[in-house]
Amino acid sequence: MTAKFSIGRFVLMATLLVGAAFFLAPLYVMVVTSLKDAEETRNGNLLSLPGSLNFSAWGQAWSTACTGVECKGLQPFFWNSVWMAVPAVLISTTWGALNGYVLSLWKFRGSETFFGLLLFGVFMPFQVVLLPMSQVLGWLGLSSSIGGLIFVHCLAGLPSTTLFFRNYYAAVPGELLNAARLDGAGFWQIFLRIIVPMSTPIVMVTLIWQFTQIWNDFLFGVAFSGADSKPITVGLNNLANTSSSVKAYNVDMAAALIAALPTVAVYVLAGRYFVRGLTAGAVKG
Amino acid sequence: MASSLDIQGVRKCFGKGDKAVEVLKKIDIAVAPGEFLILVGPSGCGKSTLLSIIAGLEEPTEGAIKIAGRNVVGVAPAQRDIAMVFQSYALYPTMSVADNIGFALEMRKVPKPERKKRIDEVAAMLQIEHLLDRRPSQLSGGQRQRVAMGRALARQPQLFLFDEPLSNLDAKLRVEMRAEIKRLHQASGITSVYVTHDQIEAMTLGSRIAVMKGGVLQQLGTPDDIYNRPANTYVATFIGSPTMNLIAGQSMASAQGSTFAIQGADLPLSSAVAHGSQALLGLRPEHIVFNGAAAWRGEVSVVEPTGADTYVVVKTAAGDVTVRTAPQVRVSPGERVGLEIQAAHVNWFDQQSGVRLG
Repeated sequence: MTAKFSIGRFVLMATLLVGAAFFLAPLYVMVVTSLKDAEETRNGNLLSLPGSLNFSAWGQAWSTACTGVECKGLQPFFWNSVWMAVPAVLISTTWGALNGYVLSLWKFRGSETFFGLLLFGVFMPFQVVLLPMSQVLGWLGLSSSIGGLIFVHCLAGLPSTTLFFRNYYAAVPGELLNAARLDGAGFWQIFLRIIVPMSTPIVMVTLIWQFTQIWNDFLFGVAFSGADSKPITVGLNNLANTSSSVKAYNVDMAAALIAALPTVAVYVLAGRYFVRGLTAGAVKG
Repeated sequence: MASSLDIQGVRKCFGKGDKAVEVLKKIDIAVAPGEFLILVGPSGCGKSTLLSIIAGLEEPTEGAIKIAGRNVVGVAPAQRDIAMVFQSYALYPTMSVADNIGFALEMRKVPKPERKKRIDEVAAMLQIEHLLDRRPSQLSGGQRQRVAMGRALARQPQLFLFDEPLSNLDAKLRVEMRAEIKRLHQASGITSVYVTHDQIEAMTLGSRIAVMKGGVLQQLGTPDDIYNRPANTYVATFIGSPTMNLIAGQSMASAQGSTFAIQGADLPLSSAVAHGSQALLGLRPEHIVFNGAAAWRGEVSVVEPTGADTYVVVKTAAGDVTVRTAPQVRVSPGERVGLEIQAAHVNWFDQQSGVRLG
């Protein structure tokens, strides 16, 4: 029995290690390449460690690399993304909370059908709405601006945020609401005094989810942004496709890492709240 | 402060067309000010629905609910001046005990010092002053119960509603809290409606009991009425533990006047029915005694000592009969015994409808 057990274990561990290595290899190559200088990237091996830690590529990616006609690096795009992502995440989370609250606790005639329709948005490919959305943004005077991007991301995020909150609030006991109604609390008071304070787990889940979706989005970024409202995903694409004579892989890698850093940071700092929030119940006892 | 409650012709249907379910079928109950009315019945009898209608959390399909003479159907729950204690307590989980108790007052914009005074008063009444800063999740079941009652008391309402508040407590705590609720009712004198499925709570707490089944009011009366003069076999077997013995038989004429003939014996009882008709004899276990000389005989099958009493199940030709005796009386399974009936306490019911006769 012992022999069979350890061979099985060995095979399992080996498979897992190989899988992990495959998965992490690109990340390793990225980090290692970004720390090399131009010479080393041409001469050296893809997988070799850098001779010395050289952050010049990072500096270039941030402030001097060329993205199309301009050569200001990723910096302006980074701030565009921040200006777009932060309001969009906050607005879509609040809006989702309100929707979830209404749909789960103040059921009206047709609310289930309404929710079903809203759910289509979770599965709908966003390419479908590119053209009509361009028109709408034009009518609203929001085309090619960060405001327009915020608007689009709020709408796109609404189905999933509503879904999160509605399912979370569905576990709130009806008696709690009845008690509040008897005490004289109205729609808003129940929401702000009772529901919101107990929503911390699902708010964490929604914030993390929305931030990841919005920061990493490329489709809306490339379709609806103007010259000075491009998010970092578009900037990165431009940077990687712009080359003068020689392709500076180290700068490209550094730029990609800069673009990925915020979402990785969110995961590292708050990732466990995501899992906790998804498995948390609303109210116990 | 105490006000009357009139439930007039209340009907409640759920669903429409041929899927309509009539949960309450024309309920009429008048509750005097300061009374403690119990709504008791099995699950699904409509008692919680009736309570929700009184509270304003549901609207009746038909009928009126009058609190202190004013019809409150259509009035929002918060405007009815009532307070409710729920089965799961429904305490606000993110607020402290003090905030929970004062929430209703806060919603009515009562100024803070007055609120604090009232919270302290209520906490003292319920002996929970030391818990005021805790969260509900840090309290035991009994403590949560008290906080829920405190929240209701702080409102000083005209009507108190209880929805099976003791169901979630263990047996010992339930007995303590029952006495607590009774004490509070005597001290505050607020008209109360209490829903329960536990017939012991019904008997001990109520000034009047309304027994319900299938949305119909079976009997409304004092605990004494309900126990000693049940209106039908349902009420007779629902209230009282162990349940009343029901024995079918026929009234016969005899030399002494009448007897009641059951399987295996002729009992010297004059029933309320004419000679020759069938009837059901209802006997509570405590109204049967062992008497070796009695005509009705049977064999002891199970002996259940509870400490204070002993319940003996006796197999007779007419069926199993439960007898309650003092613990000193010693019988053992297999023994043949005679059963004597205390004629003053018999109940007669129609065999087909179960309705009380005479």
